[in-house]
Amino acid sequence: MSAPVDPEVLFDVTVAAGDGWLGEIPAGGRLRIVDLHGNQAVDTLLYDARDTANRYSAVDTVRAQGSAYLTTGSVLRSVRLDPLATIVDDTCGRHDTLGGACAKESNVVRYGEHTRHQHACRSTFLRYAVAGGLEKRDLTHNINFFMNVPLTEAGGLTFEDGVSAPGKHVELRAERDILVLISNCPQVNNPCNGYDPTPVRLLGWAS
Amino acid sequence: MADASGYQHDVPGGAAWSLILRRGSTLRLAALGADAVASMLLYAADDRWERLNVPDTLKAQMSARIHPPMVLMSDMGRALASVTGSSSDWHDAITGHSVDADLARFGPSDYGRDRNGWRRSARSLLLDELYGHGLGERDLHATVNWFVKVRPGGDERGTLGYVPGHTAAGDWVCLRAEQDLLVVFATAPHPLDPAARWRPAGVRAVVAPGDPAPADDPSRAFRAESARALAAAERSAR
Repeated sequence: MSAPVDPEVLFDVTVAAGDGWLGEIPAGGRLRIVDLHGNQAVDTLLYDARDTANRYSAVDTVRAQGSAYLTTGSVLRSVRLDPLATIVDDTCGRHDTLGGACAKESNVVRYGEHTRHQHACRSTFLRYAVAGGLEKRDLTHNINFFMNVPLTEAGGLTFEDGVSAPGKHVELRAERDILVLISNCPQVNNPCNGYDPTPVRLLGWAS
Repeated sequence: MADASGYQHDVPGGAAWSLILRRGSTLRLAALGADAVASMLLYAADDRWERLNVPDTLKAQMSARIHPPMVLMSDMGRALASVTGSSSDWHDAITGHSVDADLARFGPSDYGRDRNGWRRSARSLLLDELYGHGLGERDLHATVNWFVKVRPGGDERGTLGYVPGHTAAGDWVCLRAEQDLLVVFATAPHPLDPAARWRPAGVRAVVAPGDPAPADDPSRAFRAESARALAAAERSAR
């Protein structure tokens, strides 16, 4: 009998408020995202690492699971319905995938002209995507980990205070080799970051 | 013909169509049968990397459904189209459209066997149409599924419930282009429609020339966010 071997650590990084990250998780590997200070939206996109057109699809994911919010057991599917990753642990309890990412242009629509030059997720997504060989048309509707966007039976949708808290985490298991693109949201005009964007920690394991 | 300068086209069920819709023109879609669907993609005709962004459209207007007089917004914060009227106050945009796997329950179908009655998924139909415009899988975005109602439950998981019988023949929706658009849509049944038989209903499209949103337009008055998206479209039309 040999003692259990700790899984190989692939990375352990802190992503500053308003910064991003692009990395690969091998099939069977895990990614844990830790909301270090609480109420921090982590905008996330997933791609099949070998064929990036086979990318995360929010609407196919929610239709396949029959419910709007993501939590433990949610299978994060691609446009071809392939499982890209599964949420295997979630101490927060609920995550959004219908609210999209902020952009300078949508900030103007939502909050007015004075926000046009504020930093926004799409700029971060694009900066890391382009560096990784992707481009604008590769961006799609994302996951917002730790973000609370309740839908109502009457068809309403609101952005509310986060359900997260300091130290809460969510953990994904890669179901194939995946690329993960993250924007640690810089939005300061709504409660998604508690009006105070903060760093998050990313922990990766090979198994 | 719709009138001297407009036109009408009936898209059969289980098919796809695309058209250029000029700023100010209207596109009226009418269901030709029960449970008709038009799953629609929208692109700015002069920059097709600018396209409908359903999350931006919904969150800016605080809605989980599409209804008049909402504005359909691009990822660049510009109005693409306004929903000027509809017989329904609920059109889905959060549950996507059928893919090939959704058709398995209807049994095998191909052109050789079924000729032009072959069963194809909305995804397959949309992609065929996109390829014809030099676009493809990377250009897919969340569709507006006209005539479909999927209600989120108020429960902890947000359970989604397809509402059968939401649409009957004659139900309609009208869009007005707020900039020149490439419009692509498919009429395959929605994948959450539990119907045992493949009986896709067609959609009548009527295109008519017109003017962009006037100053007193209901879409402009709907919300400040809607007005700002319309203003951004106007600014770039100058």
